[in-house]
Amino acid sequence: MASATLNQGGGHVGALRLFLTRAIKFGLVLATTLLGLVAVTFFIGRIVPIDPVLAVVGDRAPPAVYDRARKELGLDRPLIEQFVIYVKKAATGDFGNSVLTTNPVMSDILTTFPATLELATLGTLIGTLIGIPLGVLAAVKRGSWIDQLVRLLGLVGYSVPIFWLGLMGLLLFYAKLGWVEGPGRLDVTYSYMYTPVTNIVLLDTLMQGQMDAFWNALSHIALPACLLGYFSLAYISRMTRSFMLNELAQEYVIAARVKGLSEMRVIWRHALRNAAVPLVTVIALSYANLLEGSVLTETVFAWPGLGQYITNSLQNADMNAVLGGTLVIGAVFVLLNLVSDILYHLLDPRTR
Amino acid sequence: MRHMSKLLMSAAVVGLMATSFSAVRAATPPDTLVEAWQIDDVISLDPAEIFEFSSSEIAGNTYERLINYDPKDVSKIFGEVAESWTVSPDGKTFTFKIRPGKKFNSGNPLTAEDVVFSLQRAVILDKSPAFIIGQFGLTKDNAKDKIKLAGPMEVSVELDKAYAPTFVLYCMTSTVASVVDKKLLLQNEKDGDMGYAWLKTHYAGSGPYAIRDWKANEVIVLERNPNYEKKTPLARVIIRHIKETATQRLLLEKGDVDIARNLNPEELAAVAKNPDIKVENGPKGTIYYLGLNQKNPNLAKPEVREAMKWLVDYAAITDTIMKNKGEVHQSFLPKGFLGELNENPYKLDVAKAKELLAKAGLKDGFTVTMDTRSTPEITGIAQAIQQTMAQAGIKIEIIPGDSKQTLTKYRARQHDIYIGNWGADYQDPNTNADTFAANDDNSDTAKAKPLAWRNAWDPGPLTAKTRAAVLEPDAAKRAAMYKELQKAVLADGPFVTFLQQIEVIALRKNVDGVIIGPSFDMNSVAQATKK
Repeated sequence: MASATLNQGGGHVGALRLFLTRAIKFGLVLATTLLGLVAVTFFIGRIVPIDPVLAVVGDRAPPAVYDRARKELGLDRPLIEQFVIYVKKAATGDFGNSVLTTNPVMSDILTTFPATLELATLGTLIGTLIGIPLGVLAAVKRGSWIDQLVRLLGLVGYSVPIFWLGLMGLLLFYAKLGWVEGPGRLDVTYSYMYTPVTNIVLLDTLMQGQMDAFWNALSHIALPACLLGYFSLAYISRMTRSFMLNELAQEYVIAARVKGLSEMRVIWRHALRNAAVPLVTVIALSYANLLEGSVLTETVFAWPGLGQYITNSLQNADMNAVLGGTLVIGAVFVLLNLVSDILYHLLDPRTR
Repeated sequence: MRHMSKLLMSAAVVGLMATSFSAVRAATPPDTLVEAWQIDDVISLDPAEIFEFSSSEIAGNTYERLINYDPKDVSKIFGEVAESWTVSPDGKTFTFKIRPGKKFNSGNPLTAEDVVFSLQRAVILDKSPAFIIGQFGLTKDNAKDKIKLAGPMEVSVELDKAYAPTFVLYCMTSTVASVVDKKLLLQNEKDGDMGYAWLKTHYAGSGPYAIRDWKANEVIVLERNPNYEKKTPLARVIIRHIKETATQRLLLEKGDVDIARNLNPEELAAVAKNPDIKVENGPKGTIYYLGLNQKNPNLAKPEVREAMKWLVDYAAITDTIMKNKGEVHQSFLPKGFLGELNENPYKLDVAKAKELLAKAGLKDGFTVTMDTRSTPEITGIAQAIQQTMAQAGIKIEIIPGDSKQTLTKYRARQHDIYIGNWGADYQDPNTNADTFAANDDNSDTAKAKPLAWRNAWDPGPLTAKTRAAVLEPDAAKRAAMYKELQKAVLADGPFVTFLQQIEVIALRKNVDGVIIGPSFDMNSVAQATKK
């Protein structure tokens, strides 16, 4: 009795210790990844032959104004010193101000990233919910017309430039048919009807009960989200198909069939469950890709997201904004990796 | 065929998902003007700092300046906040009498004190456009002594020299001389910054519209200023940042915006056929030119410089790539300026150019690079020029680059040929003469970087002539001096100027009263209406 309790206690301590070591390990991975990322971005940013002072004062400023701005940016100091100063500040959450928007980079990211998050999440949901069944179907009916159709669908989604599809979609569903609202996140008339809290328009309007604005936002996001959904669907369905083909050829599937299980059960419960393990990585990667901001989609749909923000900043040598944005994306990648690791753990008993 | 099936397939997929939304569609509200416009150049809303195209236009519609001019006839200068002005006998002191009864959007009365504060503030903050009024010898240290209250409704400004009155007055029409609300700014002052941090994103003016909101890279909202004498017919103007021009076109044709600002020539041609849309234009003070770096030994030969001026097909560029967006113009002052010279002596003449090249000892031509910004417009022009130059054996290698990147290289004098455009900083001819025809120090370490310096060109006596022109009190004599300067640069300068920009906007038919002025800060929607 006594020893059992002791054992249990030891189990708790052991689990806690395991958790702690893992947490510390993760923290270290996150820190080194981000530090490396900052270093690379920072030095590339300084090597790029663009004068960052131009972004601040423009081409016409008199020499005195130019020199002062250069000093204010700290560009007159040695490169290493600039880097150390930047990292020190960034560690306390101060990413400096963006030159282009004049706001602190952090507050810019807090408004642009939710826009991208909203779009990418919907896109990935659409891509996963449709892509996986399509992939399974294609694998089961291998070689049939369904398989060919899914392949064609995937090929188109993967190879046609997304901005072209976006423009065509706008032309058809917005301009000609009028089924959806046009570019932008919300009609201007609605944009002052709610207070931005999370900056995810769908969530904010819903929580504040502004249903008119919510439907308007949904209609605005429908087209770009479907487009990104289609893009990730193309990838996810192809990968699902190949994972499933692999599983369906395994002996346990034959065994299950011999056992007399229904074909539905064999495919969806047994084979897909095993295929799901590598699929998690595929979905996480495709999600991360969309979170990076689909610059082209954002440009065509006038979507004020992170992708447009970083691209625009890069073109104007607005290095604070570029560094801040890169860090956020880096953190997102690391986090998604962690999430897929945890999911692996849950889905595959062997890794426990 | 393959494209067709691709389109149908993708359309079907997207269609499947979109069928459930069939929103009720409304055109823009009748009292609101909605513009689709690339406004990612806006970095501040403070008139003391504003120097970009989009923000200049915003300032022009929301602030009043001391002096202004008639957008249809630039020579007609009139007082806006000033009722009248006098110049002292020695020509050094300007005294402005302030119009009584004006009020800011905040409700505070506009007085001479606000004018003094505004001008001092612009000089003391010393941001990019500050030199426009600072060039009269006004500095951070002396601004408070030189710009003074001369009476309850009078302001005097003391200059260091007796400048040409036209020069001084034209400079006072710039947005940097906008009048700001002293009381409001001092309420929002932080650490003695004269309200700079606050005004970057706020509004303190007395113009036709007030700025209600600015979300960077997203939207700017202007609202009627009830305290402005001539009330705007429209209640508000909403400017949406739409980067993609094809998207601007869709929004315009659909009626979700009233004005599209950045359509390209093909898109303009297409929307012009739409019965609900009209296209309006006006010449702008921006000229396009090639800068020939004199550090390149071939380009430094006078015959080569002249030959290149005969190797541009001016008419073809304005008829095709820049159709509706530019007209042939070869001198450095744009049309609409005091002293404009409307002579275009050069045209494509390959035989003449070959002769000149032979004289320079380059019978077989030579190879040279051209730094080109990767926009469709500039790239198109560069390719057209590349083609005509090749006819005389000048082989141009185009180096594409991002705009800030090519500009950085240009400012370091590391280019051979740079294809650029230059917009006037203020409405006085000195703005372009100072950069095209003057270069006080041609050494590599020079502080100032006028265009003449960037192309390593020493204009010799032209520099002194440019300096003399700003002191000439007689307007007619002054105009003649600028004509002379332009002729000299046209003949021998390292600039192949080829066109003047025309700004084109596409509007819904029901929109009237939008003025396209000679400079960006003179584009006005103050009296715009919608039927």
